[in-house]
Amino acid sequence: MNVAEKKPIEENSATARIRQGKLVSNVITLAHGGGGKAMRDLIDDVFIEAFSNPALNTLEDQARFSLDDLASYGDRLAMTTDSYVIDPLFFPGGDIGKLAICGTVNDLAVGGATPLYLTCAMIIEEGMRVDTLRQIVSSMAVTARAAGIHIVTGDTKVVERGSCDKIFINTAGIGVIHKDYQLGAHQARPGDHILVNGFLGDHGAAILNARGDMQLSCPIESDCAPLHTLIQSLLQAAPNTRFIRDATRGGIASVLNEIAETSRCAIEIHEARTPIRTEIKGFCEILGLDPLYLANEGKLVAVVPEAETAAALAAMHAHPLGQDAADIGSVLAEGRPGRVHMQTSFGGKRIVDMLVGEQLPRIC
Amino acid sequence: MKYVDEFRDPHKAKVLLDNIIDIADALADDQQRPTYIMEVCGGHTHSIFRYGIENMLPPSIELIHGPGCPVCVLPRGRVDDCVAIAEQENVIFTTFGDAIRVPGSQKSLLEAKADGADVRMVYSPMDALSIAKKNPDKEVVFFGLGFETTMPSTALTVLQAEADGVTNFSLFCNHITIIPTIKAVLDSPDLQLDGFLGPGHVSMVIGNQPYGFIAEQYHRPVVVAGFEPLDILQSLWMVLKQLQAGEARVENQYNRIVPEYGNRMALEAISKVFELRQFFEWRGLGSIDHSGVQLNKQYSTYDAEKKFSTKTVTIADPESCQCGEVLKGAIKPWQCKVFGKACTPETPVGALMVSSEGACAAYYLYGGDRIDALQVEDDIEELRA
Repeated sequence: MNVAEKKPIEENSATARIRQGKLVSNVITLAHGGGGKAMRDLIDDVFIEAFSNPALNTLEDQARFSLDDLASYGDRLAMTTDSYVIDPLFFPGGDIGKLAICGTVNDLAVGGATPLYLTCAMIIEEGMRVDTLRQIVSSMAVTARAAGIHIVTGDTKVVERGSCDKIFINTAGIGVIHKDYQLGAHQARPGDHILVNGFLGDHGAAILNARGDMQLSCPIESDCAPLHTLIQSLLQAAPNTRFIRDATRGGIASVLNEIAETSRCAIEIHEARTPIRTEIKGFCEILGLDPLYLANEGKLVAVVPEAETAAALAAMHAHPLGQDAADIGSVLAEGRPGRVHMQTSFGGKRIVDMLVGEQLPRIC
Repeated sequence: MKYVDEFRDPHKAKVLLDNIIDIADALADDQQRPTYIMEVCGGHTHSIFRYGIENMLPPSIELIHGPGCPVCVLPRGRVDDCVAIAEQENVIFTTFGDAIRVPGSQKSLLEAKADGADVRMVYSPMDALSIAKKNPDKEVVFFGLGFETTMPSTALTVLQAEADGVTNFSLFCNHITIIPTIKAVLDSPDLQLDGFLGPGHVSMVIGNQPYGFIAEQYHRPVVVAGFEPLDILQSLWMVLKQLQAGEARVENQYNRIVPEYGNRMALEAISKVFELRQFFEWRGLGSIDHSGVQLNKQYSTYDAEKKFSTKTVTIADPESCQCGEVLKGAIKPWQCKVFGKACTPETPVGALMVSSEGACAAYYLYGGDRIDALQVEDDIEELRA
C-alpha cells in the first residue's frame, strides 16, 4: 500500500473537544506553558488550528491506533525520534518546522517504512512572537499534509528567556515496514553500487550562508524534502536494495563510513560521478570546507545490488526528488575493510574518513 | 567551475606526472636517495592530501610538510593567554574557526567557550570590529593569527578601528613572518632538503624577491606555487628541472596571482601598524628571532597584550610529542610516538593534529595509502581502531 492509499484516521473518542480558544497575546509568555487557559488558547488557536485531525482534536493524553490498520501496511513497526535546533529558524528552501517533519519522515522511510503518525513537542523561549510560531507551525502542517502523515499528539513547554534558543522542536514518528523489505548496512556486499538521489551539500551550505557571517551572495537553497515516496519507488524497482540512509549531519562521508564499517567492506566512490553543484563547490573552495561532509536534508545514499542498479536509477530519475540521481561508486571485493576511498577527478586517490568534530573554515 | 576546473585536468596531470617521474627517478639514481621537497605552506599540504597528490608521486620524490600552518605552530603558552583573556568578564573573544580547537596547557578556546567564556568564530577581523561596535560595553579581542597572508587584513582592521574611534577593540597578535622561519628550517642541523615550494598566498603580499637568499646562500631552488593540483605538480616539476640542471633560482609558478614585488598597499598597511618582535616562540621549533610581529607604539592602545597584561609562559610540549621533528621533516608523522594513539584529530596532543593543514591530521585523515606502502598499515589500523 502506498501513501496515497492510506486510510484516514478514525475518530477515536466520542468526546472530541468543541471549545475553540483564541490567543490574545502577540508574544509567548511563561503563562502559555503554565497549563491554564493561556496554554489551552495557544494549543487551540495555533496547534489544533494548523494540525487538525480526529486523533489530535480529542486532546487525549495519547493517540490511539487500530492494530488491524497498522498491520495492513506491513509486519513491523518502525519508531524514531529527532530534535531540531537550528539557527536561523528560516532559511532559503525551508524552516525549522519543515525540517522537523521531513527529518522524522525520512528517518522512518529509509528503513523501508511507510511513515504514518508523528508527535510534536515544542520547547519555546519566552518572548517568541506568536506570528513566528504560527509561521513555523503552518509550515509543519503544510509539509505533513503533503507527505500524507498526521501529527497526532504533542507537548508544549515555555522556558525562560535564555534557557533555549528561540524554539526547539522534537518530533517522533511511527511507521510500518512492508514485509518484503529487510534493510541494513551490514548487508552491503562486494559488487553493490552506491547511489545518491541528487546534488549534495545544499542544506549545509544554505544554512551557513543564511547565517550571513560570510557575506557571500550565493543562491543556495536547502534540499529539505520528505523522501518516502522516492524511497518507495526505489524499493519497488529494486526490492533487494541492501541499505538506505539519509545523509544528514556529517554528509555522505559519514554514511559511507558507517556502511563500510558495519559491512566490513571497502567502498570506493568517484569524485567525477558525485553530483555537487558548481555553486557549492565554489562556496566550499572559499571557506576551505569539503562538500562530502556538508549536511543534507533531502538526500539519501542507497546500496543496491549490481543487477538492480539500472532499475533503481531509472526509478529515481523518474521521481521529482531523484532527477539528478547518480551511481557514485561501489562496494569493493578487495581493499581494507571499513575504509572509504575517493578516486579524485584529478587522477589521485584519497581516504574519505569520518568527520572529527565540526568542519571549521580554515584561516587562508 | 571556470578558472578552477582548468587546474584539475587529469590529462595534463598525467603529462606532468610522467615528466616528474622521469626526472625524479634519474635524480634518485644519481643521489641514491629520494629528492626531498618541502612545501612550506599549510594550504599546499591540504591540497596535496585532498587531491591524492602524495599517492600519485613516485617513491623517488618525498614531500616534507613544512611549518606553514599558523595554527600548528602556535605554542601552548599563547593559547593559554587566549583562554585567560577570553575568560575575563565583559570580554568577547573572536577567533578564526580552525584556531578554536588548538589545545593549550589546560584547555582550548572551544573548551573555554563550553565553560562559559564568550568565544565567537569570525571569518575576518572586520567581523570582530563590527561586533565591537555593536557591543560598546564589552571589550572585543581579535585573535590575530597567520603569516603575511592574513596580516594585511588585521592591519587594515586596526586602522579602521582608529578611523572609527572604536576603543573597545583590541588585537591579540600572533602574526608570524615567513622568511625567518624558512631560514630557521634551513639552519636546522637535522634537515635534509633539496628544494622548496614557496607559499602562494604569502607571496601574493611579499612577492618573490624575499626568497632570493634561499637560492643564493643555501643553493636550494624555490618555486612559488599555487594551490590547485596542477599548480602543485607543475611547481614540483619546475623544482626538479632546476635540480637536474644543477641550478638554484626563485621561480614563480603562481604568476597569475603573485606579483614580483608583492602588493604595495598590503605591505604599507603592515609596516604602518606592526613592528618585528625580538623573539617569538614556535611550537616545535623553539624561539625564532624576528619571526613574529606586534603592534607598534603608535597603535599600542589596540594591543590586547598590554590591555590584559598577558605574561606568556613557555610551556614545553609533552615529551612524547614530536611535532618539531615532523615540521622539519626529520621524521614522518606516523613515526611520532603518539601519532594515532594519544594524538588524534579528536584528542590532539600536538598542534599538527589540529588543523586539516597540519601534516599529522592530513596523514591521519587522508594519507593511508602512503602509510600502507611503507608496510606499517596494520600498526596504523590498530592505532586508528
